[in-house]
Amino acid sequence: MFTIFKTLLIRDLTLAMRRKTDVLSALFFFIIVISLFPLGAGIDKAVLQKIAPDIVWVAALLASMLALERLFSSDYEDGTLEQMLISSQPLTVIVLAKVFAHWLLTGLPLVLIAPLVGLQYHLDNHAILIMVLSILLGTPILSLLGAIGAALTLGLRGGGILIAVLILPLYIPILIYGSGAVSASMMQGESQAYLLLLGAFLLLSLIFTPWATAAALRISSE
Amino acid sequence: MKINWFKYSAPSTFYPLTHKLVPVFAGLAFLLIMGGLYWGFFQTPDLLTDQKQYYRILYVHVGAAWMSMWLYAVLVFWALIGLIFNTRLAYMLAAATAPTGAIFTFLTLWTGAFWGKTSWGTYWDWDPRMTTELILLFLYIGYMALQSAIDDSRRSDRASALLATVGLVLIPIIFWSVNCPDPNQCAALHQQSSMSQVEGNIRIAWLVTALGFWMFAFMVILMRVKNIILQREQHTTWVKRLICSNEGQQ
Repeated sequence: MFTIFKTLLIRDLTLAMRRKTDVLSALFFFIIVISLFPLGAGIDKAVLQKIAPDIVWVAALLASMLALERLFSSDYEDGTLEQMLISSQPLTVIVLAKVFAHWLLTGLPLVLIAPLVGLQYHLDNHAILIMVLSILLGTPILSLLGAIGAALTLGLRGGGILIAVLILPLYIPILIYGSGAVSASMMQGESQAYLLLLGAFLLLSLIFTPWATAAALRISSE
Repeated sequence: MKINWFKYSAPSTFYPLTHKLVPVFAGLAFLLIMGGLYWGFFQTPDLLTDQKQYYRILYVHVGAAWMSMWLYAVLVFWALIGLIFNTRLAYMLAAATAPTGAIFTFLTLWTGAFWGKTSWGTYWDWDPRMTTELILLFLYIGYMALQSAIDDSRRSDRASALLATVGLVLIPIIFWSVNCPDPNQCAALHQQSSMSQVEGNIRIAWLVTALGFWMFAFMVILMRVKNIILQREQHTTWVKRLICSNEGQQ
């Protein structure tokens, strides 16, 4: 079970490294969206500080969602997914490995770039730390939940925009508590409760979503 | 006596049943909604606490809000029955329920906006209940979007059923997070349910109207399911025979 997890993880990472633009485009989408807001909303320092958590989180939501379409689609098109479905290995582990690889390629870069974004919006060090932590806890949930949507819309016309309609409403709790944590830390509030909740959501989605994604994959590819 | 529980689970036997049931529910819906509205407009005081005539929109608003939430539960119920027993009719009922639920959700937001304008001075506020209702509308729309994006009805039924089930599991978390954006001091701002405190006549009118909406939902869903059955079973012999006999009558 661990062998299949490791093999798939290395395979997906290798494949992604051969096509670096896919990985980089999600990251640059995130940076560009975040850099656009000060141009639209004005460069007043107080305003920027106030809206920073929400903008960072909405941008993270969109970046992770845009990358979702590719999660299963290339495997679906060349038939690899079918081989995975009929293999004797547990499908949930396969799903988990693919989602983890996807998070390493799209979620982790956001975590790493977040401090830079914090500087763009004049956040102090403590707020930046909380932001990095909240994104570190939150983006895996986005990938795990989004995988259900990606599996359901496999091979459909206009799959990308459909994923958005299906999945964005389900992202709301993550958005509320993710940006809430950063806002609380800036207003001298206690952000521990937010991070604990995000951690709880992460554990729950880690247990339940691979199962739902596996069911969705079976429905989509029969 | 042995009861055949699955008699009406076949579309071919359910179809004639809908024929009989639709007029019944249509009549009940008409009577109850008309009766409730009549009672609400002419037998109730002109004032509800400090709100004047405009409070009367609650006869539509509250009933629609209840139905919007209840119908999502009904939708998921049929979706789950479909996933578990793999019956076609259950999926058809789930598919037929979604548009009605979405319309009731929209109606709730629409009437709520008018009520809000008159009593709070604003059409829209990010009150937890409103936000919740808006998210419910998004969930209905997601269900219908997925249903219509897939051409193969077998796949679209099962995929959207799974989506609805995931939505139902997440609904408590979403609602709770909307109600309680700050976990450090979670206290809901919006008013609690004030069912038990309102004046008797108002409550009667509002419950009767809500019941009427329920009957209306039955009627519309059955009418829609009739169409879905005919469309999906168009290649079967019983539908062909039905069409032939209808043409023979004319």
